[in-house]
Amino acid sequence: MADLDLPARQGFTPDAPSAALPGEIPLTLTINGERRELHVRPWTTLLDLLREDLHLYGTKKGCDHGQCGACTVLVDGQRINSCLALAVSKDGCEVTTVEGLAAPDGALHPMQEAFIEHDAFQCGYCTPGQICSAVGLVQEGHARTPDEIREQMSGNICRCGAYTNIVDAIEDVLAKETAK
Amino acid sequence: MNRFSYARPGSVADAVREVGSSPAAKVLAGGTNLVDLMKYNVERPAHLVDVTRLPGLKEIEETGEGGLRIGALVSNSDVAYDPRVQERYPLLSSAILAGATAQLRNAATTGGNLLQRTRCYYFYDAATPCNKRAPGTGCPAKTGVNRIHAILGTSEHCIATHPSDMAVAMAALEAVIHASGPNGEREIPIAEFHRLPGDTPERDTNLGADEVVTAVTLPTPRFATNYTYLKLRDRLSYAFALVSVAAAFDMEGGTVREARIALGGVAHKPWRVPEAEAMLKGVVPERGAFAMVAERILQGAQGYGGNSFKIELARLAIIRALSQAAAGTPQSQTDKRIQ
Repeated sequence: MADLDLPARQGFTPDAPSAALPGEIPLTLTINGERRELHVRPWTTLLDLLREDLHLYGTKKGCDHGQCGACTVLVDGQRINSCLALAVSKDGCEVTTVEGLAAPDGALHPMQEAFIEHDAFQCGYCTPGQICSAVGLVQEGHARTPDEIREQMSGNICRCGAYTNIVDAIEDVLAKETAK
Repeated sequence: MNRFSYARPGSVADAVREVGSSPAAKVLAGGTNLVDLMKYNVERPAHLVDVTRLPGLKEIEETGEGGLRIGALVSNSDVAYDPRVQERYPLLSSAILAGATAQLRNAATTGGNLLQRTRCYYFYDAATPCNKRAPGTGCPAKTGVNRIHAILGTSEHCIATHPSDMAVAMAALEAVIHASGPNGEREIPIAEFHRLPGDTPERDTNLGADEVVTAVTLPTPRFATNYTYLKLRDRLSYAFALVSVAAAFDMEGGTVREARIALGGVAHKPWRVPEAEAMLKGVVPERGAFAMVAERILQGAQGYGGNSFKIELARLAIIRALSQAAAGTPQSQTDKRIQ
């Protein structure tokens, strides 16, 4: 989205507190465990905030219309399409992106491990959305069988067609969760 | 996306005031439809009223008559997986799970689902005429690509369908929509909530421009055993219905005490024909009777070329759905094979 009528945000560093530009609204988000005091224009989507302002490029923009799932993130633990969420409407929420799934010591999330183990990607563009969506699926607890996994993952498209391995990876994580 | 001012009212009364403050104000809840339409420049609100923080609209509560009151901000997921909804209104749960994706159901709200707009290609494409988007410009769908369009209740001005699955189940269950406006609260039976296009296709519902949906109530449950939601579409998941049927029987012994049948994907609103439902009253449910009911429901159905197949599809879908409901074997929304 080109904001032609407002000054460009040159030299913005993601770690600095964001100063308000005209038309911006204060917003507090906890992103990957870190509380951030931000200012956004009301038409900025959560996806654009993450990528363009906070330089968290793991979350991908695919269709930008909620059809492909590449932008899936967890908000207050629930997977949603960040392209269809206006950032201002998520004030006070906790956001987890693919960058926030690994442990502080860098140990990968079990879903990330499973995607590697099962070769559940080819080009990788849909992968952050697939993984965030799959983490949400496990937390929701409504899928057990491969058919249920496929149905519950229908919001994530993989143009390379890695679906069978994606289902295997998720099934693996679900089996380990159940065994715990 | 156009520029707009933004308000986040803290009470329903403030929200009603904000919505009434400008004719170009829009309510933002889950955003799954509105934000999408704003990106296409189909919706261009001057003022956005974010209702997501309104207190008291995120609960599912008992009504005291065995029914449930679903707050307007309860997500589609939270309705579908609520144990009380699953037990008393499995038809509603099934219909919701037949629609959209997990991500969308997590974000989309009950009120927003009712108020979602058509997926007519021409409505979405701001470069084409559309009487719903730009009244008076014409309806290219009538003679254009109209595979997904309506076969019942159309007008010369619009042949769009209402895309919701949830609303179809709610129509069969005779849900009541609660709205708050400048003059207080009012209740709108779902049959009177959505409109037929007539000569004002720009109006999808009878909700006032200064009213806010606050809740949906479901009456005393009677359709938890013999029901089904059968959805036919171009993909097995994440596609809007070409035709869907919500069917439910209240049985007494082996005969039907009351039948409910609502169709999705065929009209500008969930389509019910009470006279057709009455034909099954006191009847032992069987295919011959279902076929007559299907004929009655589809009386006057009209195709526009690309969607003409829907008339026969709907006829068969009604018969199949009534068979599933009578047998107590509802359509699975996971294993999509139709039994």
